[in-house]
Amino acid sequence: MALDKITTVQGTGVYVPGSDVDTDRIIPARFMKCVTFDGLGEYLFYDVRKHEDGSDKEHPLNDPRFKDATILIAGSNFGCGSSREHAPQAIYRYGFRAVIAESFAEIFFGNCVTLGIPCVVATGDDIKVLAAAVEADPTLAVTVDVDQCRVFFGDQSFTVHVPDSARDALISGKWDPIADLLESADEVSDRMQQLGYSA
Amino acid sequence: MGNGKSLFEKVWDAHAVRELSNGQTQLIIGTHLIHEVTSPQAFGMLRDLGLKVRFPERTFATVDHIVPTDESSEPFSDPLADAMIRELRKNAEDFGITYFDLSTGKQGIVHVVGPEQGITQPGTTIACGDSHTATHGAFGAIAFGIGTTQVRDLLATQTMAMSKLKVRRINVDGQLPPGVYAKDVILHIIAQLGAKGGIGYAYEYGGEVFDNFTMEERMTVCNMSIEGGARAGYVNPDDTTFEYLKGRPYCPGGDAWDAAVEKWRAFASDPDTVYDDVVNIRAEDVAPSVTWGISPDQGFSVTGTIPRPEEGETPAEQESIREALEYMKLEPGSPIKGTKIDVAFIGSCTNGRLSDFREVARFIKGRKVADGVKAIAVPGSQIVAKLCENEGLDQVFRDAGFDWRRAGCSMCLAMNPDKLIGDQLCASSSNRNFKGRQGSPTGRTILMSPLMVAAAAITGEVSDAREVFELTELSSKC
Ligand code: SF4
Repeated sequence: MALDKITTVQGTGVYVPGSDVDTDRIIPARFMKCVTFDGLGEYLFYDVRKHEDGSDKEHPLNDPRFKDATILIAGSNFGCGSSREHAPQAIYRYGFRAVIAESFAEIFFGNCVTLGIPCVVATGDDIKVLAAAVEADPTLAVTVDVDQCRVFFGDQSFTVHVPDSARDALISGKWDPIADLLESADEVSDRMQQLGYSA
Repeated sequence: MGNGKSLFEKVWDAHAVRELSNGQTQLIIGTHLIHEVTSPQAFGMLRDLGLKVRFPERTFATVDHIVPTDESSEPFSDPLADAMIRELRKNAEDFGITYFDLSTGKQGIVHVVGPEQGITQPGTTIACGDSHTATHGAFGAIAFGIGTTQVRDLLATQTMAMSKLKVRRINVDGQLPPGVYAKDVILHIIAQLGAKGGIGYAYEYGGEVFDNFTMEERMTVCNMSIEGGARAGYVNPDDTTFEYLKGRPYCPGGDAWDAAVEKWRAFASDPDTVYDDVVNIRAEDVAPSVTWGISPDQGFSVTGTIPRPEEGETPAEQESIREALEYMKLEPGSPIKGTKIDVAFIGSCTNGRLSDFREVARFIKGRKVADGVKAIAVPGSQIVAKLCENEGLDQVFRDAGFDWRRAGCSMCLAMNPDKLIGDQLCASSSNRNFKGRQGSPTGRTILMSPLMVAAAAITGEVSDAREVFELTELSSKC
């Protein structure tokens, strides 16, 4: 199984402020009643984007200037709450290909990497600068360089943190571990027996 | 000194296959639990890749989130829910997986069913596409919540890629005061250590209080490890654990039982284990607890005063208090006691077991739910329902004005017809008070123990169960 090597993500950004944005806010539970992930993108941040009658609230994702954004910029502890992969799936299917935040919830982070969505950690100050730049010019090209652990925009850049294991997985095209896992099938069978799980 | 290993390390070492190229460990997951919400997409991916389920006998399925608790006949009135249950049935059949369907009498919330069937065992690894999987840690298992892609990995290989966690030992010593329950212990721990405090850790709960806890109490605490940020939480196995498991359908019997107990016991943390962190909590400091905000760590004693944003130590904290109070429509500086409630919910994988209903039933006999409050009691599994009904508890709840429902996740989250409407405020024995969690985008949740929910149901407002049920005298004899 050959996967793309994800070394950089280029696009435009949109800033969704707030800390502790949980998975229920990213994708409200009532939209999880589905047997495939297709179509989840349209419900991303639904309750903060829409009034109960379905009309738009004021929200960065409803702002036409940011409609083509592919890089999501967020606050701290982004993606906390549930382990549901519906949240990263909704983010991916909406069109985002990278997330820059002050920090990420652990399970959410892992789920994103497995989908090939780099999540990079920046300081609150750097995020403010980037958010202001994107607000001033929504067409500003933003590059998340996973390999070099830097974010570039306009003539500015800052360092971001990406845990080594996630970085290696993304840039070597091994972000989806299934190929690796399938390799040791025989050993797993032996160990399953030794541990008393299988006869 | 210090050569001892924790249970976490022992179980990890026993299940580690090898180091993967990304530095993570390939870990055998002995038991895989699945439900209707996070599994269908994984089966889809499996089919796309042309793969089979590698050890179908190690995966167990049940249906819980979408099951309506007020109707039993299929098709369900919600076509989406109906599609989900049919999909699970089909996948279980196609791949030869044991499925505790509605017709089996064994269906229920996955974290109630696993222990009840004796599938959950000490020294094992368990995973489920559900963040409350740590519940199973009560048995001395290492249990994680996983994403759908990892569900696929487990189906295909019975292994997953994972980075090792650190271990924080949390000791709770002393005697819990009357009216204080396991739920209060975990709400207290989360309020102390924060909703992010456990990131990167497995929590090992121990000390006098845990030694004396029943398995159901241990499950209540382990269940909410994730609300404290810890991906796994566990209690070392002991005689209480083995006694609970003895004779359960999936546990070894006869001679094999003694051998199993011996093996299980050896997994307990060694006395000279050096932990990555240790936290000590006095049982006497734990009070009947409630949340006041929209994150599980925004909680305190029911005697507390709703914080003012100025009390936040950092601007970010001040902002989150402000945001929480605005959403909860609570008045800063006033007591939380006396806050009017609209709905009372007793159930969920945190507090939907026999002992929860028994305890509440003891006190609500002869009392009535306040006018205007909708109160529902939802057993965590069909077996819990049956055990309660055998003891006549259902009638006690009905007489008090509760709806007695069928097993399911119900009002813990909004995937079935049990939902809040508008900005209704719910006194809830569940585990999450996130915005919109209980089905209405403006619905409000206050987390508390089942007895505190009962007190709120009866008085129509957030109340101190110790006062409502005159607990101090009563419990001094226990
Ligand atoms: S009861 Fe609530 S927390 Fe538990 S599995 Fe069901 S939805 Fe999840």
